Amino acid sequence: MLIDWFTVIAQLVNFLVLVWLLKRFLYQPVLKAIDEREKKIASELQHAAEVEKEAGKRLVQLEKKNEAFDNDRARMLRQAEEEAGERKHAMLEEARKEYDSLRMRLQETLQNEEKNLEEEVIGRIGSEVFAIAGRVLEDLAGVTLDERMVDVFCERLRHPDSEEMKEMQGAFSGKPLLPVVHTAFNLSPEQRERIGRTLHDVFSIDAEVTFESADDLVDGIELSMNGHSVSWSVRSYLASLEKMTRELLDGGEETSRSGER
Amino acid sequence: MDVRRWIVHLSGDDIIFWQYGFLKINQTILTTWGLMLLLAGGSALVTRKLSPGIHVSRWQSALEILVSMALKQIEEVGLGNPKKYLSYLATLFVFIATAVVCTIIPGYEPPTGSLSTTAALAISVFVAVPLFGIAETGLGEYLKSYLRPTFVMLPFNIISEFSRTLALAVRLFGNMMSGAMILAILLGIAPFFFPVLMSVLGLLTGMVQAYIFGMLATVYIAAATRTREE
Repeated sequence: MLIDWFTVIAQLVNFLVLVWLLKRFLYQPVLKAIDEREKKIASELQHAAEVEKEAGKRLVQLEKKNEAFDNDRARMLRQAEEEAGERKHAMLEEARKEYDSLRMRLQETLQNEEKNLEEEVIGRIGSEVFAIAGRVLEDLAGVTLDERMVDVFCERLRHPDSEEMKEMQGAFSGKPLLPVVHTAFNLSPEQRERIGRTLHDVFSIDAEVTFESADDLVDGIELSMNGHSVSWSVRSYLASLEKMTRELLDGGEETSRSGER
Repeated sequence: MDVRRWIVHLSGDDIIFWQYGFLKINQTILTTWGLMLLLAGGSALVTRKLSPGIHVSRWQSALEILVSMALKQIEEVGLGNPKKYLSYLATLFVFIATAVVCTIIPGYEPPTGSLSTTAALAISVFVAVPLFGIAETGLGEYLKSYLRPTFVMLPFNIISEFSRTLALAVRLFGNMMSGAMILAILLGIAPFFFPVLMSVLGLLTGMVQAYIFGMLATVYIAAATRTREE
């Protein structure tokens, strides 16, 4: 007998068992490994694509940021340049103003000094001239300069024709008078009395006369009443002397300059 | 020389190691167990350390190639979901192929050289074809396939079912047995160089038969399950 039916059944069972065994130990593990690998590769590819996409996005962002940064930098540089220019201009202007004010102060100081010197010179010339004149008068006429000055002043008061006197008389007719006499030197009681008498004669007043000394007169007498004044002083002479001297000096300088040329 | 004596001698069914009434353990069954142990043990050993990662071992690559090729073959024949049929069809091929390859071992008798084994395999195909067909298309639809193209074809279809099962069994048995028998005859005539060549030829025809058996089973199943797809 070629076919043994028990063997056929046994082989059938054996074959089915083998199918199960191979399915359990061969096909399933291998298929599972293949599937897992495919899934893994797919997920990695997807991940890579996502990463690439993200990188592309980041690149675009970065480029935008760079561009913005460059623009900002250029704008800030321009602004800084403008500000520096403005500041430079302002500082130059300030320095120029300061220079101008310093120069003006210097000029002013120089002018003041010149003026002070001038005044001092005038004062000294005045007092020298006055001293010389006094001595000359005393030697030639036997009177002091002060006495002569009081005389001249009294004479001037008694002359109502002068402009000053007219103004003064017109101004305080009827008003209470407060006569003040300023002198550059000390008056003797006689001289005071004489001046008082003259005032009484001229203005018909009994008011007490106040005598005060004033250095700025150089040498001279001044009467002031209610804002009006009448004076005699060597100042006018001195001014003309100064003028003459300056003219002389200027003329001399010009001559010397032209001579130098 | 009595051919029948050769056949009886060459069939492992008659070499009985243990018997108790109807139950017995003969050479065919024992060899099959050995092959089962080899296949299952080898598979378990190889698939024990399978890696799902990118880098895989050579053994794993070889196994994956084999499984992928089997899937591809099944799909090419026309089965839509090859993973469903892989276990059965691939096992058919693997079992027969292993039984053939092991003929290089001296003293080994292939279990496929026994008509009982090939009949068992053919019967399994005979049962599996309608089972897969019914599972895929439903019982009614499957039964209707016997009436196609017309009801006149019903007896021929039924005859075809049985005849192809018989053909499967006899083809495999004939090829296996003839290989072994030719080898045995030639050993008696020219004991040295020639049997080696014949043995190589036997390996080749055996592998071809394994492939044919597997492919035919696939085609039958495909034909049974195609009804719905059409």
